[in-house]
Amino acid sequence: MNPILVAQGVQKSFGAVSAASDLNLSFERESVVSLIGANGAGKTTFLNLVTGYLKPDRGSIRFDGRELTGHSPREITGLGIRRSFQIPQLFHSLSVRENLRVAERIARIERVEQAADAMLEKFGLTRYAGQAAGLLPEGIRKLLDVAMALVAMPKILLLDEPTSGVAADEKFGIMDLVMGALRGRGVTVLFVEHDMDIVARYAGRVVAFYDGRVIADGEPAQVLGDAEVRRYVIGEETHA
Amino acid sequence: MSRDRTVGALAVACGVLLAAAPLAPQWLMFLLALALAKGLVVLGLVLLMRTGLVSFGQGLYFGLGAYSAALLANRAGLADAALMILAGTACAAALAAILGLLLARYREIFFAMLSLAFSMILYGALVKSSALGSTDGFNLHAKSFAGIALASGTERRVFYAVSVVLVFGVAWLLHRYLASHWGRLSAAIRDNELRVEYLGASVYRVVYVNYVAAGALAGMGGAFAALAVGHVDPETAYWTTSGEFVFIAILGGTGNVLAPFLSAAIFEALRTIASQYAPNVWQMSLGIAMLAIIMFLPGGLWTLMQRNKAA
Repeated sequence: MNPILVAQGVQKSFGAVSAASDLNLSFERESVVSLIGANGAGKTTFLNLVTGYLKPDRGSIRFDGRELTGHSPREITGLGIRRSFQIPQLFHSLSVRENLRVAERIARIERVEQAADAMLEKFGLTRYAGQAAGLLPEGIRKLLDVAMALVAMPKILLLDEPTSGVAADEKFGIMDLVMGALRGRGVTVLFVEHDMDIVARYAGRVVAFYDGRVIADGEPAQVLGDAEVRRYVIGEETHA
Repeated sequence: MSRDRTVGALAVACGVLLAAAPLAPQWLMFLLALALAKGLVVLGLVLLMRTGLVSFGQGLYFGLGAYSAALLANRAGLADAALMILAGTACAAALAAILGLLLARYREIFFAMLSLAFSMILYGALVKSSALGSTDGFNLHAKSFAGIALASGTERRVFYAVSVVLVFGVAWLLHRYLASHWGRLSAAIRDNELRVEYLGASVYRVVYVNYVAAGALAGMGGAFAALAVGHVDPETAYWTTSGEFVFIAILGGTGNVLAPFLSAAIFEALRTIASQYAPNVWQMSLGIAMLAIIMFLPGGLWTLMQRNKAA
């Protein structure tokens, strides 16, 4: 086996708070992995470390054998690691179509207009095409955020809570859409998720975080049934 | 559609101003020439503002452009207006290309204050240098344009006509630029730098290019102003001059490339009228005008035009 992404001994703390303590994780090519954990467990920190937004205090993160630490988000994006955000990161004064056009032009997509049209239709955004992104409802902003991460086919796609803020009956729709677009394209997907139904349905592997550590890692049924996970992750979820 | 309207409006404005060249009284031509020169500087400022940056130091490039043009005429004996404009633009662009390497790393108040600091260094140097006339500056006089000798008496009209054509050419180019991918990318940077980097583009590069372009435009404006006034002094690089450009930019808004020229013309007219009829309170009148704009038209005067179109 030749993993595409390997994190070794990764540590990151913010003052006294340890957001990542000695993380050792490797991800196989074309796998779909869900990262779960309560708020503050270190899931988003892990995505930020992989994408270069944060630099680990110690340890290494290798992508296809290449060290990622010390590189900027732009350089890491250029290698084929793209991400979406928990809080949609959009260009609020530009229209939905312009947001996609900017993303496509940066990714050097040919025939930008047709590509934008196709993306708008695929994500059900056509009726919002001319609206400024800053005026969109939250669920639509989320869709656009994910769509922008998908304008170019990545090698690794990192989704930070792709279904949060989306109406309950549309959550599966989004995931179906994203997974459908990626199917057969050789993309590795890591997604942070709080909805355990989504996790159970789409993930081939689940990594549970607690306090900056990995407390369980394995098949969804096994991890979601783990006593510690039920107590620290799912328990907190249901009482939240 | 609105893009075509802008091109049309640019052409009409250019035509009207050109038609005024042989007819307008001297004072009006002077006012318009100065408004065009300042409008150019503000055009560059609008480009920066569209990228999310406000420079309180465009006087640096305005002053440098003016002095480069003036020195070329006075000291190098090359009193050709076209060469002077070229020299003013090139010197400003060259300095912006150097300072931009540093300034493109800064944002918000840090960018504003650093750009202000650099402009004040030039101001200080000009004030102290007696060879350049110190606080008095010196006069200049262009004798030809692109090799064609100018008969005295008509030269002001010729300069004015040439500035109209050149300025509107530049405005059209900037309009095209703003509508291009890089123009949209500039707006994207203003909205969300993080996402731009996460999409794989270099924010630094776009900011740098826009900074150099704004510097070049300010230098060109400085050369135009020097030619129109026939005199340069350190005031061109002083912070109040830079503040004036920001004032004009806010007055007009960043909505369109025509806005800087419209507001520069209004500003110059306001100043001329106010300093004639209320010389002691003209700055206060401008201040009140600014307050009114910020309170009632935060997008600048240009939003009035947009409202009219929408109606």
